Amino acid sequence: MTPVQAIIAKELRSYFVSPVVYAVGAVFLLIVGLLAYLYVVFAGAQAIQLMQVQGSAQINLNDLVFRNLFASTRFILLIVLPILTMRLFAEERKLRTFEFLLTSPVGINEIVAGKFMSVFLVFLGLLGLTGIMPLVLALFCDFDWYPVLTGYLGLVLLGALFLSVGVLASALTENQIVAAFVSIGLLLVLWLLAGLGSLLGDTALGQAVSYLSFMEHYDHLVRGLIDTKDLVYFFSSLALMLFLAHRVVDSARWK
Amino acid sequence: MIEVQQITKRYGQHTALDCVSFSVAKGEVLAFLGPNGAGKTTAMRILTCFMPATEGMARVAGFDCADQPMEVKRRIGYLPETPPVYQELTVTEYLQFVGRLRGLSGNILTSSMQREIERLGLGAVQHRLIGNLSRGYRQRVGLAQALLHDPQVLILDEPTVGLDPKQIIEIRELIKNLAGSHSVILSTHILPEATAVCQRVVIISGGRIVAEDTPEQLSARLRQSEKISLTLKSPAADTDSRLKTVPGVQNVFTSGDSSTFLLECELGRDVREEVAHLAVTSGWGLLELKAISMTLEDVFLQLTRHEEGLAPDAVVASVEPTGQPV
Repeated sequence: MTPVQAIIAKELRSYFVSPVVYAVGAVFLLIVGLLAYLYVVFAGAQAIQLMQVQGSAQINLNDLVFRNLFASTRFILLIVLPILTMRLFAEERKLRTFEFLLTSPVGINEIVAGKFMSVFLVFLGLLGLTGIMPLVLALFCDFDWYPVLTGYLGLVLLGALFLSVGVLASALTENQIVAAFVSIGLLLVLWLLAGLGSLLGDTALGQAVSYLSFMEHYDHLVRGLIDTKDLVYFFSSLALMLFLAHRVVDSARWK
Repeated sequence: MIEVQQITKRYGQHTALDCVSFSVAKGEVLAFLGPNGAGKTTAMRILTCFMPATEGMARVAGFDCADQPMEVKRRIGYLPETPPVYQELTVTEYLQFVGRLRGLSGNILTSSMQREIERLGLGAVQHRLIGNLSRGYRQRVGLAQALLHDPQVLILDEPTVGLDPKQIIEIRELIKNLAGSHSVILSTHILPEATAVCQRVVIISGGRIVAEDTPEQLSARLRQSEKISLTLKSPAADTDSRLKTVPGVQNVFTSGDSSTFLLECELGRDVREEVAHLAVTSGWGLLELKAISMTLEDVFLQLTRHEEGLAPDAVVASVEPTGQPV
């Protein structure tokens, strides 16, 4: 077992013996499930309305359910994921195990990678459980699987970005609440950059600001569009956040 | 095995370590003695590559702490002040994690874990969550962690804190047994501990080394002379020189208000009677005359008492008359 694997195994163990994962998971799945239910019921109501007006109804589940669901999940992740990441480094510093970790023959990149991977796996597990919703819907109605799958790809990438911001925030402080708050704040700023970008209009600056926000990149994927530009955005921002986390952990030794 | 040359560590304006140099040979046990905030932990953190020194060089097993931290970390077992344990893991899970971080696996990992669990008496609690263990057990788990990969160098920050007297004796025995095959640095503020387990003691205060010696030499120096303190009401100008004429008196120092004298006398010779006689016949107004027995604690306190604006040499010099750099 390599050190990275050892860290992943230990972090997963820590996650699952603490109530955090269960609480976060339950809330996340409950809200996503509830939203899915509401969107399906709305779609049904719309279908009935169309039926009465036109005599027949052809509704698009991709538009009415999945796009809405993916848009809402984005916000839920923004609240929920920082709760998962907040303990990663803050707790080590609080409980004085940080020194032990940094004096082990393990590189800081391995520590950051291990911690990120562990929380990413937890997130993938939670996201996987939401897969039951499209599966159940597929039993009763037809829809296009392709944008659903790209939407999930979008969620995976978005989640990875959120988690990396959370890892960075957790490295900044020894207070978990502060860590969670900082990452939620950073993510909201990233979100609102999209609004600022559209306010600036179709200028070079406006486009640059919009590009910095995850909104348009995620929307492309939810609409079924896999664009290299968006993938580059997600992977480069993820790498940047983890690199910054690495620098912060490294600099924590100097104080 | 460990070589530290002129290490300085500054935190902003504050100097935590000031030009500290020392070395530890293979198989030697060295104690860091010093009051809280003396710089013991800082020195240990530099040696374990947790933090870099501002100036100077530290080498462990021939590897530079700044240039080859990985090589150094592989060869060091470190027990920080607070045992670095994860409360949500059991003792075995924790040791397994530690072993894997250090590249142990398979049979070697299992046998190392077994060895440390046995050595530190953790058998009864090995499947319990560390969070539910007492302070003493956590300390032992922390020690097991430091020893797990059988490192050449052990750095232990107050290893016996939180243990009961029986455990303290066991741990001291353990450290003594490790000497010879391992180089050990331990910090403590318990003096008998330093003399009990260490070949050499470094007293550190205010970021400087104020004394360094072996316990044997220390006690030899301790027994070098008898000391007598003499307080007079009205000493004359020639009091020093006349005190020196008393047979057996080797040295006379004035301290403080110049009415108190410190007499260093030949070993095993009590000159109090003669001194008293001299003081009375000379009409100096004898107020107090007493033999000073220097305990290790006295030495330590004297060495580590912080005096504003005092150069390190002056600290040592002011101590020299009483003669006990530990």
